[in-house]
Amino acid sequence: MTALQQKTTEVVDPVPGAGAPHLPGQPDLVQLLTPEGERVEHPDYGLDISDEELRALYRDLALVRRWDVEATALQRQGELGIWASLLGQEAAQVGAGRALAEGDMAFPTYREHGVAWTRGVDPLHVMSLFRGVDQGGWDPVAHSFNLYTVVIGAQTLHATGYAMGVQRDGAESAVLAFLGDGATSQGEVNEAMIWASSFAAPVVFFCQNNQYAISAPIERQSRVPLYQRAAGFGFPGVRVDGNDVLAVLAVTRAALAAAREGSGPTFIEAFTYRMGAHTTSDDPTRYRLASELEAWKLRDPIARLKAHLSRAGIADADFFTGVDAEGDELAARIRKGTLEMPDPAGTEMFDHVFAEQTPELAQQREEFVAYHASFEGEQ
Amino acid sequence: MTETLTIGKALNLGLRKAMEDDGKVVLMGEDIGKLGGVFRITDGLQKDFGEARVVDTPLAEAGILGTAVGLAMRGYRPVCEIQFDGFVYPAYNQIVTQVAKIHARSRGKLPMPIVIRIPFGGGIGAVEHHSESPEAYFAHTAGLKVVAVSSPADAYWGIQQAIASPDPVVFFEPKRRYWEKGEVDPDGAPDPLFGSRVVRGGDDVTVLAYGPMVKTALQAADAAAEEGRSLEVVDLRTLSPLDLGPVYESVRRTGRCVVVHEAPVTLGLGAEIAARVTENCFHSLEAPVLRVGGYDTPYPPSKLEEDYLPDLDRVLDAVDRAMGF
Repeated sequence: MTALQQKTTEVVDPVPGAGAPHLPGQPDLVQLLTPEGERVEHPDYGLDISDEELRALYRDLALVRRWDVEATALQRQGELGIWASLLGQEAAQVGAGRALAEGDMAFPTYREHGVAWTRGVDPLHVMSLFRGVDQGGWDPVAHSFNLYTVVIGAQTLHATGYAMGVQRDGAESAVLAFLGDGATSQGEVNEAMIWASSFAAPVVFFCQNNQYAISAPIERQSRVPLYQRAAGFGFPGVRVDGNDVLAVLAVTRAALAAAREGSGPTFIEAFTYRMGAHTTSDDPTRYRLASELEAWKLRDPIARLKAHLSRAGIADADFFTGVDAEGDELAARIRKGTLEMPDPAGTEMFDHVFAEQTPELAQQREEFVAYHASFEGEQ
Repeated sequence: MTETLTIGKALNLGLRKAMEDDGKVVLMGEDIGKLGGVFRITDGLQKDFGEARVVDTPLAEAGILGTAVGLAMRGYRPVCEIQFDGFVYPAYNQIVTQVAKIHARSRGKLPMPIVIRIPFGGGIGAVEHHSESPEAYFAHTAGLKVVAVSSPADAYWGIQQAIASPDPVVFFEPKRRYWEKGEVDPDGAPDPLFGSRVVRGGDDVTVLAYGPMVKTALQAADAAAEEGRSLEVVDLRTLSPLDLGPVYESVRRTGRCVVVHEAPVTLGLGAEIAARVTENCFHSLEAPVLRVGGYDTPYPPSKLEEDYLPDLDRVLDAVDRAMGF
C-alpha cells in the first residue's frame, strides 16, 4: 500500500470507533426502567402510572411485535411487496404514541406501525399499503395520524406547518413529528426545526435513532449526539432510552405538554436499535456485526418490561399467556384479512388525483375503461 | 365599475379580496410582509391582515411549501410566493412528492388547496436564476394545476379563483408585464380559470401563447396585419389541464398553428400542444405545428436575452414558414 492510499483510507473513514457496537453509556440518557427491568427514578421525569396502565403498555408492545412478525412472514410468502419492520423499536413507538392526548396530531415516517396501533388504526390499513392495494387506507383526520410519508424527513415540515395552524386556531394541542437518525441530515428537517423555533410552533420532533440509515451508521450523519443539535436551533433536546417504554412515555408527555403550553418545540432522541433489516429487501449482515445485534438483544424493550411486571408482581403467568393468545388471534386476523384483500379497480387511479376532476383525466379514464372493455368476451 | 390597473396592482387587489372573503387564506413567502414583496405584489397586506396571515418566512423555499402542506391539512389555504422562478427548485421536492400527491395518496381525504405564485420569464435584465420559465416541470407533474396570466383582469380574477380552488395551483405571473395596464371590472363576471381564450380573431395562422408571450403574439398579429396576414391569437391561460377545444376549432379554420413560449422548445408545452393539435386536426393542417421558444441553453446573461427570447420577428418568421408549406 502506498502512502497516498493510506492517507485516502484515513480520510474516507475518519470516525474513531465507527462500526463499534452502538450502546449508550452516557449519563444524560433518561431511563426509568433498566435493561434488567429494575424501576429507577429520574429527577426531571417522574411517571405516575397504575398497574393497569403498565399491563396495557406491555400488551401494546407484545401485540405490535406479533403483528410485525406476521407481516415479515407474509412478505416472505409473497403476500406483501415489502415490509419495514419495527423490531426493537416497539417501546419508542408505543411510548410516544401513548403520550399523545386528544386533539394532538402525529406525522409518521413509514415505520411507525406501533404509533399507528396506539392511534387506533386497523393494522389491515397498514398492510394494504405494503401489499400495494393503496397508499395507506386509514383516515388521517379521524385517527389524528397522518398517512405514511416515504420521502425522508418531508413530514417534519408538514408537522410544523400543522402546528402553525394549531397556533392560529388558538387550540391547546400539540403535534408529534416522527423522524429517524438518517433524516436529521436532510435539509428539510433542518428547515422544519428552524421554522418551529422561529414561530415557537407546538411541535415535538421525535427522532428514533436506530443507529442506521439502511447501511449508513449514525456516525455518518452526525459527529455530535443528535439531541445536542436542538441547542443550535434554540430549543431543548433530550436523549431518552428508546427501549424503555416508561421513559419514552414520560419524556414525550412532558415535551407535548410544554408545546401545548406555548413553550415551543422539543427534540427527543429516542436511542434505540433496529433489530431487523431496514426493510425485507435489505441484508444487514453486509454492514453490521452479529455481536452488535446480540448486545442489543440484552436491551430488548419487551423483555425488560416483562421482567419488571413479573418481579413487581404486577402481572402473572396467566396475563402473559393471555397476551400471547391475543397476539396469535391478531396475527391470524391480519393474515386472513391480508390474503382476502381485494385488488383495487383500475379506474381508482384516476379518481382522486384532484378534488375537481379535469376533462383531460376524465377522458383518459374513459379511454382506459373502453380499452379494457374491448377485451370482454375474449378467452 | 371598471378600473385601470397594472397586473401587479390587480394581483394585490385580488389577494386582498381573497383574504377578506376567507379568513383561512394565509400568505407565506420571503419578504412579503413589511417589504410587500420584491415586486410589491403583497404591498400593505401584512399591515391590514397581520403577521399571522401574511407570514414573512425564513429564507428556505422547501420550508415554505412544506409548512404550507401542514397548514392545508389543518384547514388553511396557503398562498406561497416564490420570489423568483429560479428559486423554486429547493421547494420542488415538496411540490412534486407531497403537494401534488397527497390528495391521491389520501384518496381525497386530504385536499391541498395551495397556491404557488411564481413570477416567471425574462426580459428584465436580471442576473442568473431570475428569468426562467419552469412551467413544463409542473405541467408534467400529475396532481398539479398550472395557469399563467397575461392581463390585469385575469390576474385579479385568476388569483382569487386559484385560491378558491380545492386543488393545488401553480400560478405563473408574467414578471416583465407586472407594470402593464388594463381594464378590470371588479363587479363583472370572470371567465373560468381553466379555460383558454381567443384574444384576437384571424384567418391565416393560429398563434398560441401564454403569460408574457401573449403581448408578443398580439404585436406580431398587428405587424402581420400590415402585410395583409390575419393571425388568430389564443391565450392558453391554463397549462394543466390544457383547454385546447378553442384551439382545435381555430386550427381547423386556419390550417396552420404556431406555439410561442419563452421556455426551451425541447419537451416544452409546445411539444405537447403540437402533438395534440396534430392528432385532433390532422386532416385540416396545411403545415406542421411550429414552435417558437427559448433555445436549449441555460438562460443567458442579460446582454444576450434579446437573442434568446422569442420576439415578434421570430413569431413572424414562424408564421412565414407555416405559410410556406
